[in-house]
Amino acid sequence: MSSVLEARGLGKRYGRRWALRECTIDIPDGHVVGLVGPNGAGKTTLLKLAGGQLQPTTGGLSVLGGRPAAGPAQLAKVGFVAQDTPVYAGLSVAEHLRLGARLNTGWDAAMARERIARLGLDPAQRAGRLSGGQRAQLALTLGLAKRPELLILDEPVASLDPLARREFLQGLMEATVEHELSVVLSSHLVSDLERTCDYLIVLVDSRVRIAGEAERLLATHHRLTGPRRDPGTLPADQHVVSARHTDRQSTYVVRTGRPILDPAWTVSRLTLEDLVLAYMDDSTAAGPRPALEVRR
Amino acid sequence: MIWLTWRQFRGAALMTSALLVALAAVLAPTGSRLAADYAAGLAACAPGAECLHFYDRFFDAYRMPFLAGTLVVLILPALVGLFWGAPLITRELEAGTHLLVWNQGITRRRWLAVKLALTGLVAAAAAGVSGLAVTWWSGPLDQSAPEGFALMDPLVFSARGILPLGFAAFAFVLGVSIGMLVKRTLPAMALTLLVFTAVQVAMPLLVRPHLMPPVTSTFDLAQENVDMFGVRRDGLTTVTLTQAIPGHTGAWVLSSELIDGSGRTLAASGDEAVVHGVSVTSGPCGTQQARQGPGACLAELSRLGYRQRAAYQPLDRFWALQWMETGIYALLTAALTGLSFRWVRRRLS
Repeated sequence: MSSVLEARGLGKRYGRRWALRECTIDIPDGHVVGLVGPNGAGKTTLLKLAGGQLQPTTGGLSVLGGRPAAGPAQLAKVGFVAQDTPVYAGLSVAEHLRLGARLNTGWDAAMARERIARLGLDPAQRAGRLSGGQRAQLALTLGLAKRPELLILDEPVASLDPLARREFLQGLMEATVEHELSVVLSSHLVSDLERTCDYLIVLVDSRVRIAGEAERLLATHHRLTGPRRDPGTLPADQHVVSARHTDRQSTYVVRTGRPILDPAWTVSRLTLEDLVLAYMDDSTAAGPRPALEVRR
Repeated sequence: MIWLTWRQFRGAALMTSALLVALAAVLAPTGSRLAADYAAGLAACAPGAECLHFYDRFFDAYRMPFLAGTLVVLILPALVGLFWGAPLITRELEAGTHLLVWNQGITRRRWLAVKLALTGLVAAAAAGVSGLAVTWWSGPLDQSAPEGFALMDPLVFSARGILPLGFAAFAFVLGVSIGMLVKRTLPAMALTLLVFTAVQVAMPLLVRPHLMPPVTSTFDLAQENVDMFGVRRDGLTTVTLTQAIPGHTGAWVLSSELIDGSGRTLAASGDEAVVHGVSVTSGPCGTQQARQGPGACLAELSRLGYRQRAAYQPLDRFWALQWMETGIYALLTAALTGLSFRWVRRRLS
């Protein structure tokens, strides 16, 4: 299976701040990849690097076997829907489709028109007067109708209400199945990705914490609950992702390829959201997190 | 890409062509009347002093439109840089649409090439047409203009011939490249205006006089180059020169000074110089002579060895200098274009 995105030691620095560092991943094709992490974790940076909008500071990456944005052929293979789904406010919906037709060799005009009609968008309407959801749909249509092999979407649903969010993701899924494309999609909300993604990358604090197929991740992560125990006493093959302790009880999220045999533990399955939150929760690594304050 | 560029640019282009049409509507009828007036006036006056008076009257009558026309041609390129050049990139960056358009099937460089070529051509053409139109319109005025407004004088020279075209191309690309550096529209516009104005001031002051070595020559004193001949309170006679030189209307005089018979410099133009050996009680410079005009007295001064020494760029170098300076702007434009193509890939990622 060939890889859709392959990065080795990839890093991007803005001034003295690293937005992304030591990122080494290899995503096989044919997946809907969810890139999840808190705000400012480096999701946009990674996606812009993949789209060729940014140049890496260190390391390198290849997308569908080529250098991002290296030339028209590479640009044609990758669709990119940027954060906040920018469109030209002064251009009408129809003019956006014309823009796509003029600037892309493989433009699927029939599909674009059909999608716009199905969404109920008025072709004569100026894009600046569309609602957030309609604008996102227009941007998605532009991304799909160029018939890319890989579609990258950066927080496409962040500014949408729950209904528009669901419609957008549904439309995306239908198109993914119909055109057999790979998708990389970022969000800071796991719930957006849970239903759509079958591959997950968790990015926290400008580093990739874990990447893999969602099913595999769920199969290898467990929540252990039992009497209080020191993490040092756990078997060596159980990698502690997060730990919480009360006076008597310990709760661990561990990653392991082997079955959990210790009868003292109550083992429970994790949801994708639990898993992501466990990786985002840095309390094990960085000590107790500051207490939340309530201000009046 | 051409379609998109045109679609984004057509509002500005239509407005500009409307302005050009308005300019033509004003210039065409007034220009032909102006030319007719000039020809009639010139035919009616006797060569010499009478025609000098006609020149003065004629120029005074058209001073306002002359200045307005010159100003329009000078300002147009700056506006092009400000409103077409600077926002070309920053507008996309601020709206985020660069992420949309640079992810279609064409490279950034191709995008920039079409944008620069199409918008730049319209900018240069608009400035060029308005420059040539105003040059044609003010032809008679340029031939009769007093010192300071002559065709070769810095401000007027910049607003004539093909130079406005060079200005516009340069201002446009300057705006684009500053936009890439600053990445925000308003600061980019302000900086473009600042840099363009600085270049437009520095060029005539520092570069233009040296494009060709100026001609240095001495001239007899005459009505054109003598501002004043007088007697000071302490009884000494003085001469004050102007910037003009006789027989070279329209020349750009870089320096003008009074020298005596031995070639010593007495004073620059505008300053009083004491001249010796001139009698104001009798002879050609006497008070009785004053009624017959200053001609004889100036001849007497020349006989005593007083001359005007001037360094100047003669009028017949007009087109040579125009081409040279436009060439310099073309080189600057090419250099900035090169930088823009570099930056669109490097700086904006």
